[in-house]
Amino acid sequence: MGAIFKRELKAYFTSPIGFSILIIFYLFSGLFFSVYFQSGSPDLSGIFSTLFYIVLVLIPILTMRLFSEDKRQKTDQLLLTAPVKLTAIVLGKFLAALTVFGIAMGIMVVYQILVSFFLAPDWLVFVGNLLGMLLFGGSLIAMGLFISALTESQVVAAITTFAVELAMVLIDLLSGILPSGTFFSKALVWLSVYDRYTSFTYGTLDYANVVFFLSLTFIFLLLTTMVNDRRRYA
Amino acid sequence: MIEVQHLVKKYGSNVAVKDVSFTIHDGEIVGFLGPNGAGKSTTMNIITGYLSATSGTVKINDYDILEQPELAKRSIGYLPELPPLFLDMTVKEYLNFVYDLKKTRLPRTPHLNEIVKLVRIENVYNRLIRNLSKGYRQRVGIAQALVGNPSVLILDEPTVGLDPQQIIEIRNLIAQLGRNHTVILSSHILSEIQAVCERIIIINQGYQIADDTAAGLSARLSDDHAVTVRIVAPPREAKTMLETLPGVLSVQVTGMHSGATEFKVDPRPGADVCRLIADRAMAKKWPVVALFTNELTLEDIYIRMVNEDPEKLAAQHASEAPLGDDAADEAVSADGIPVEQVPAEEAPAEEQQEEA
Repeated sequence: MGAIFKRELKAYFTSPIGFSILIIFYLFSGLFFSVYFQSGSPDLSGIFSTLFYIVLVLIPILTMRLFSEDKRQKTDQLLLTAPVKLTAIVLGKFLAALTVFGIAMGIMVVYQILVSFFLAPDWLVFVGNLLGMLLFGGSLIAMGLFISALTESQVVAAITTFAVELAMVLIDLLSGILPSGTFFSKALVWLSVYDRYTSFTYGTLDYANVVFFLSLTFIFLLLTTMVNDRRRYA
Repeated sequence: MIEVQHLVKKYGSNVAVKDVSFTIHDGEIVGFLGPNGAGKSTTMNIITGYLSATSGTVKINDYDILEQPELAKRSIGYLPELPPLFLDMTVKEYLNFVYDLKKTRLPRTPHLNEIVKLVRIENVYNRLIRNLSKGYRQRVGIAQALVGNPSVLILDEPTVGLDPQQIIEIRNLIAQLGRNHTVILSSHILSEIQAVCERIIIINQGYQIADDTAAGLSARLSDDHAVTVRIVAPPREAKTMLETLPGVLSVQVTGMHSGATEFKVDPRPGADVCRLIADRAMAKKWPVVALFTNELTLEDIYIRMVNEDPEKLAAQHASEAPLGDDAADEAVSADGIPVEQVPAEEAPAEEQQEEA
């Protein structure tokens, strides 16, 4: 797992992908920060909730090449014939992407520290926000990883991942149209990623949400492993 | 040691590999021969655990590739058809990555340096793989397979894309590695297989149609040591002359070649008819334009076998298989035998090279 993690992390920064993601993220978060900072509140929750959409755009770029490129270049033959467990390969790649995502999120810590020079922030709320972002991002990365394992094309992986993310957000709109209280609308609300994520930015820590995102991550990592294993029998 | 038992691989209704079985003992170099799409790469992919067989088992050093994949894979070095290279890494980074990936326990720097020297990639060690030529990429691919010093090497067309000088180098390298590794080597270059391999397995349309030494294959197929002779003479008289020679079983006219008649003469085993034919023709003042024994080269054997019905050959092979296995076991148990066999088989290969 270590070897694959190291190789993938390095690959992000030998190609423009890693830097592009960091630059785009720092740019937008900086923009939001400069606006919120003037409002005089020490609470960065507003930035976190706005970043939701930026993350939706960045995740597909982060995950698109993880498995698809290996399949296209046939380097999966090296990985799958090495004395390594399939789960280790999947986890190595997942953690590498999560690390880049974490490095991007790290800038929020810098902003919060900057704020703390002037106003006393509620650190617990901040930690909750950050945790929410990492859980939310992690589940999307696992999903992107899974979609990347289904195709040989990075572009197809990126577009499909983005489409699925959009569908997840659109579920919310749909639940607004449906008569409330019915089973179907309840189910949609339960599935809403947006609601569950924004709940973190309100300063509440609902364990149901933590478990929801962790389960989502686990399910997609499991599916990725299964898809790769299944491929041998094709 | 590699044990492959009744391997079958189906892609939907298309059967790529049909009941392939063989055992390869330590220190053997075995050539995999077959036309494109015969199932060579598929078989290799199954042996290395990249693909799963529809049925059948593969054991590497007694570890089943499906039941104990990590232990089995630990002793395999695999060079697939397309070397699995990360183009965004330097050769050094790449080999270090493979070293970590394979969880190698040998001392890192000396081990990698040794491999780099062996496949001669010292001068590109710090270059990006993306910028390397095909020949160098192929060598990096071989280097990758050697990392961790696995006891079994599986090389799918290792000399593709190399220039003639490099091909000879790589062949020598494989022969050298064969001394303390078990090697399976696929190729469609017959002279290569002949030069390097002690044993040849021929696969066609998924069927395993032969598993023998080059000499054994030759002996099996050239059932007749027929003699071809071209004489400038009245065909009927010449035929009668040939038929009356001692030791001749039958004579056939096989064609005309610029005034000379070509005959195929079937002699009794052990009879030296060439000399007789020459003497008699000379006595009659008939010019002999050509006179030779029909010996089959590996190429002839290959073409013949590949053009025959693979199913029939496979069935024939299967019926012989138990005998073949026993013979192989004997050869291993009696230490002297394989040592004696090696020079005997190398000799014809050398002769051929000299002719070429």
